[in-house]
Amino acid sequence: MKRTFFSTPYIVWMIIFIVVPMLFIFYSAFIQDGHFTTEFVNQALETPLYISVLIRSIVVALIATALCLLIGYPVAYILSNMKKSTAAILSMFFILPMWMNFLLRTYAWQVILADNGVLNMLLTTLGFAKGSFMYTQGAVLLVTVYNFLPFMILPIYTILSKIDRSHIEAAHDLGANSANTFFKVVLPLSVPGVVSGITMVFIPAITTFAISRLIGGKKYPLYGDLIEDKIVASGNLGLGSVLSIILLVLVIISIVVMHKMEAEQGNEEGGTLW
Amino acid sequence: MKKLSAFLKHSYLGLVLLFMYAPIFILILFSFTDSRTMSKWQGWSFGAYEKLFAERAVWVAVQNSITIAIIAAVVATIMGTFAAIGIHSMKKRNRMLVENVTQLPMVNPDLVTGISFMLLFTAIGFTSGYLRMLIAHITFNLPYVIFSVMPRLRQSSNRLYEAAMDLGCTPMIALTKVVIPDIMPGIISGFILAFTLSIDDFVISWFAADGVPNISIYVYSIARRGIPSHINALSALMFVVVATLLVIVNLRSIKQEKEAEVQARKLRSK
Amino acid sequence: MESNHLIELENITKEYSGDKALDNINLYIRNGEFLTLLGPSGCGKTTMLRIIAGFTMPSEGKVYMDDKEVTHVPPYKRRVNTVFQKYALFMHLNVFDNVAFGLKLKKMSKKEITNRVENILELVNLKGYEKRWVEQLSGGQQQRVAIARALVNDPEVLLLDEPLSALDKKLRKGMQVELKRMQQAVGITFIYVTHDQEEALTMSDTIVVMNEGKIQQIGTPADIYNEPKNQFVAQFIGESNIIEGIMLQDYMVSFKGNVYECVDKGFERNELVDLVIRPEDVDIVPLGSAPLSGVITNVIFMGVHYAITVNCNEFSLMVHTTDLVPVGEHVSVQILPDAIHVMKKPKEVSEFEIVMDEEKE
Repeated sequence: MKRTFFSTPYIVWMIIFIVVPMLFIFYSAFIQDGHFTTEFVNQALETPLYISVLIRSIVVALIATALCLLIGYPVAYILSNMKKSTAAILSMFFILPMWMNFLLRTYAWQVILADNGVLNMLLTTLGFAKGSFMYTQGAVLLVTVYNFLPFMILPIYTILSKIDRSHIEAAHDLGANSANTFFKVVLPLSVPGVVSGITMVFIPAITTFAISRLIGGKKYPLYGDLIEDKIVASGNLGLGSVLSIILLVLVIISIVVMHKMEAEQGNEEGGTLW
Repeated sequence: MKKLSAFLKHSYLGLVLLFMYAPIFILILFSFTDSRTMSKWQGWSFGAYEKLFAERAVWVAVQNSITIAIIAAVVATIMGTFAAIGIHSMKKRNRMLVENVTQLPMVNPDLVTGISFMLLFTAIGFTSGYLRMLIAHITFNLPYVIFSVMPRLRQSSNRLYEAAMDLGCTPMIALTKVVIPDIMPGIISGFILAFTLSIDDFVISWFAADGVPNISIYVYSIARRGIPSHINALSALMFVVVATLLVIVNLRSIKQEKEAEVQARKLRSK
Repeated sequence: MESNHLIELENITKEYSGDKALDNINLYIRNGEFLTLLGPSGCGKTTMLRIIAGFTMPSEGKVYMDDKEVTHVPPYKRRVNTVFQKYALFMHLNVFDNVAFGLKLKKMSKKEITNRVENILELVNLKGYEKRWVEQLSGGQQQRVAIARALVNDPEVLLLDEPLSALDKKLRKGMQVELKRMQQAVGITFIYVTHDQEEALTMSDTIVVMNEGKIQQIGTPADIYNEPKNQFVAQFIGESNIIEGIMLQDYMVSFKGNVYECVDKGFERNELVDLVIRPEDVDIVPLGSAPLSGVITNVIFMGVHYAITVNCNEFSLMVHTTDLVPVGEHVSVQILPDAIHVMKKPKEVSEFEIVMDEEKE
């Protein structure tokens, strides 16, 4: 009975520093000078610039997630089929960059892509013309993929390496060829890993702001940059709060969708199993 | 056919590794040359490192990052461990409520968490940037500690706690002598997670700390204005430190796994 | 009343959200006996053990130890130690420190601790294992550490919660013998919980058979086996044929159309009763030499004997015999008077319980 009191300090902390701050966001989003207002909501939803930035953010995050999945899944699959000890060491190398400060990882690409950067140095040395890579949409996408790729590989690798080999052997035994086995057995079984990989890439990607600021400059802001700009530069806390809430809603929707996907996959599997 | 496919697989892994490491190695390489631009190789030099060590602002940021990461991880680990023990013995309804609120900072985008701190601190007029950052870090560390410790607690049989009391421990002594050692692996991984999250954080600190820099904030504010060479040196140093730590930790756990396997085999053969 | 009752449970009831895990239990446990709480899972035997240990408080009733009430005394103040089902050994300590755990809490001198740990490790046949880690031990060895860890504290009572259930059959047999030896060596009360009737029969001085939170019967292994008080006990302990019959008068019972002599009395005339006939008490005899006849429908070789099913119109009788009789053969079945145990019908269990408790005193 008494043991529940051990959590009292945390619960007090949690209320003051988790619950109350969130209430402040809602307060400053909807209350102005002591009155309820929808002015900020209207602004957020009716300004074409904000909508187009929102759409761009979603699109960039979606493409980045798709690319991470496309590049990362084969990596995880190949790793999971290797000898255990080799895979353990190799997978460490794929995960290591994750622990490197992400601003430094981003900064590295600045060094490469800058007009006077490494890529242009290489190009000129090889006799090509200089290009301009910074401050383009493609550069933002590239760096996003670069930053979040390990977050896609890790969960998929984890789940793939846990798949019981006997499942695969059973499929072969029942006459499935390698491709069939992959699509009918391995892929469905790895769905939970894919889902958590997608979640771990899509959500940070849609909420990021530093990458686009450093690589995309002011030309291609994402929703995170917009919020940061409103809060820090313009001090418009009301609008910033509303935009934050929209972002939060977006994140919650994507989490719910992911959960649904996972649950449905589970059901289907149950159906085919019986 | 087999050989070809193995070759293709290995080249694919190599290609992706190249993509992941090329930028880092380029940074390290260019940390050994001193130039404003990277457009031409200027020859070997330790100029970047000299500049790095002379730049006081860097070391203020490094110091902030490290002290905050340590303090925040220690505080969050202690508070979080006790919280997990408390939550574990709660009735189901209360437990679900607390667990759900605890998940909030993990689900919440960093950006939103950071802004929420900023609003709170501004509203109550709390101005110490260092303490603001520390409180924010403790807060976002807590859920990770709690969710590292909880599974361990669930695994740890309540019988252990009862056995300790059976042998004469009061509940408090049973906790420190038996329960905490038993969940220690969870506590340690919670601590490590908290430390790395804290030292890596940028977004929340950016909003919460009100101008007090940590490494990330320092890099961001410098990088917005160009690509100075001492940042290359900083990156190189940090990469070496992180890589060494990780290799040590991972090799140890791989070795332990192997030992456990050998042990298990011995037992079985008996 | 000076008694040798070490532990007394008085009107103990334990409810878990409305369900009665224990229903008005009264039980006396004598000093120095090996007592087994036997019953199927969910019968309340473990709850009873936990109440004695102090991990669980009863909803109603009182627990006495040495004639002092201890109902609400916490476990760490009771002179009772427990061997847990999955041992609950401390993985972060080696064998020595596991065993010394309780002694260190008592602030004993280093020398005495070492002495006592050595002695107890010798008793459980683990001498020389002091420095081993718990993980490095086999299941049987872990079991011994758990016993040593409890015994070293000199408890008045050792509680054992299905301690052998995690071991394989061969080890289990060996440990049964050893547990009995250890109990005799230390001379204290053992309270042993199990669902395995064979374990209970081999080791115990007294068996308490439980079902659905109630005591069904208390007695020596021989009593319980030979004179089950009701259908549940008869079915739970050993194999048995249970047949409905009518008690015509003292020493005379009729079932399946035949009248038999028996050794029981004290029932009402023409009372409806249950009869227990142990399969090994039945003999197969040539057709016509006994009143009950049937055809053999199944024969299973059990190692020492054959388990033979005889189908005698409407009902089957299980017979254990060393003589092989082929399937299909028509035979007669001989049931001698002392093979028949007459029991009251199960609805009158509660009445039996009172009678049994009185007997116990």
